Amino acid sequence: MSANAGFAYVAPKSVDEALSAISNVQARGGRAQVMAGGTDLIVQMRAMDKAPRTLVDLKGIAETRRLEVGAAETFIGATISSAVLNEDPRLVKMFPGLMEGADLIGSTQIQGRASIGGNLCNASPAGDTIPALIACGAVCVIANASGGREMRVEDFVVGVQKNALQPGEFLLGIKLRNPGPRTSDAYLRFIPRTEMDIAVAGCGVALTLDAKGICTAARVGIGAVAPRALLVPDAAKALIGTRVDDAALNAAGAACTVASSPISDRRGTTDYRRKVIAVLCRRAGAIARDRALGV
Amino acid sequence: MNKIQVETSINGESVEFLCEPQQTLLDVLREELGRTGTKEGCGSGDCGACSVIMDGRLVCACLVLAVEAGGHEITTIEGIATPDGGLHTIQQKFLEHAALQCGICTPGFVVATKALLDKHPNPDETTIRYWLAGNLCRCTGYDKIIRAVQDAAATLAHPA
Repeated sequence: MSANAGFAYVAPKSVDEALSAISNVQARGGRAQVMAGGTDLIVQMRAMDKAPRTLVDLKGIAETRRLEVGAAETFIGATISSAVLNEDPRLVKMFPGLMEGADLIGSTQIQGRASIGGNLCNASPAGDTIPALIACGAVCVIANASGGREMRVEDFVVGVQKNALQPGEFLLGIKLRNPGPRTSDAYLRFIPRTEMDIAVAGCGVALTLDAKGICTAARVGIGAVAPRALLVPDAAKALIGTRVDDAALNAAGAACTVASSPISDRRGTTDYRRKVIAVLCRRAGAIARDRALGV
Repeated sequence: MNKIQVETSINGESVEFLCEPQQTLLDVLREELGRTGTKEGCGSGDCGACSVIMDGRLVCACLVLAVEAGGHEITTIEGIATPDGGLHTIQQKFLEHAALQCGICTPGFVVATKALLDKHPNPDETTIRYWLAGNLCRCTGYDKIIRAVQDAAATLAHPA
């Protein structure tokens, strides 16, 4: 028997086909792995976890390719590439921070394949879209045999490269509430160079201001400074009720430092990351504020 | 045997091949189809040596499964020169500017530049550098490559 025995590939055309493909493989005691752009999966399958499996390519399912900007809500199908998303001016206008995060995933070549859904399911602590999704209050739309379920994105990633999907489930897409007046977001990450690296720390901030410029709602997500990307409620509290001035931004940054529990590795030490996450929060908060003000 | 039959288009030509589910497009281009112009550098999407254009979009052939090519249009370095064998302006400018030394990254850079200029015919230097950030070159220091791309863009926009 060759080492490659047992690999298979299926490209279902519907959610039901995908669910039965997965359950058939699992019923035989096999392993099914869903795939979107494959830019993480193929590398992992060839270099690390080489065990045979059935790849279930979700890109043929219309729902995973669906991009719909509705009156109140936007749905982004799980397999839509980052390049396609960033070419949509509506998304860039409504969710500039999330699109910045998506635009930071790898090179032009990677952008043509990699998806927000894949970035989220891969659940890297440093995934660039995850803090931005958390800031935007994204909701995961999950397909399963019992009619599907939804989950807040901050609950979806449960550990290093671990997500909350149960066997037989897969991510169909994410839902975002369209921003109201004076609402915007921003995402910043720090890397030692200007392109093509993994975040040392990353921070997404989304906020709403009232007509007087007072912050009425805020969400702050941090990445690469803990085993998983985190929502930081204390950072949001530091911004709400303020003009998002330097004092408020400093307090929000300090809350991010407190919430973080980074490791030291070749990209940065624990102390460095704890310091940088505060800087990123301040700067992303100021950008989100200025965008909300339209300046 | 898990071999899958795939029908695709490579450089405008209909191509059929058999592949295993886990084989990449790069594996099949080089090892099954003999199209060795597409190079393997890292095999993990970091270096861009295997850049090809899939349905108008630049991708790494090492990060696309061969089976995923089914029903899609692929352009490789072999499809960049003119059908009569003449060099494409991009290739000519890489030669004129000495934008290569060992050459292993060059097919990827040429294909990536083709995708760039198809989308942005008149890119500024920043756009060029970011677009090509996924293509690594250990010889040139990049500057000659950037000059070649700028010259190619100008020449394509205003042919002599």
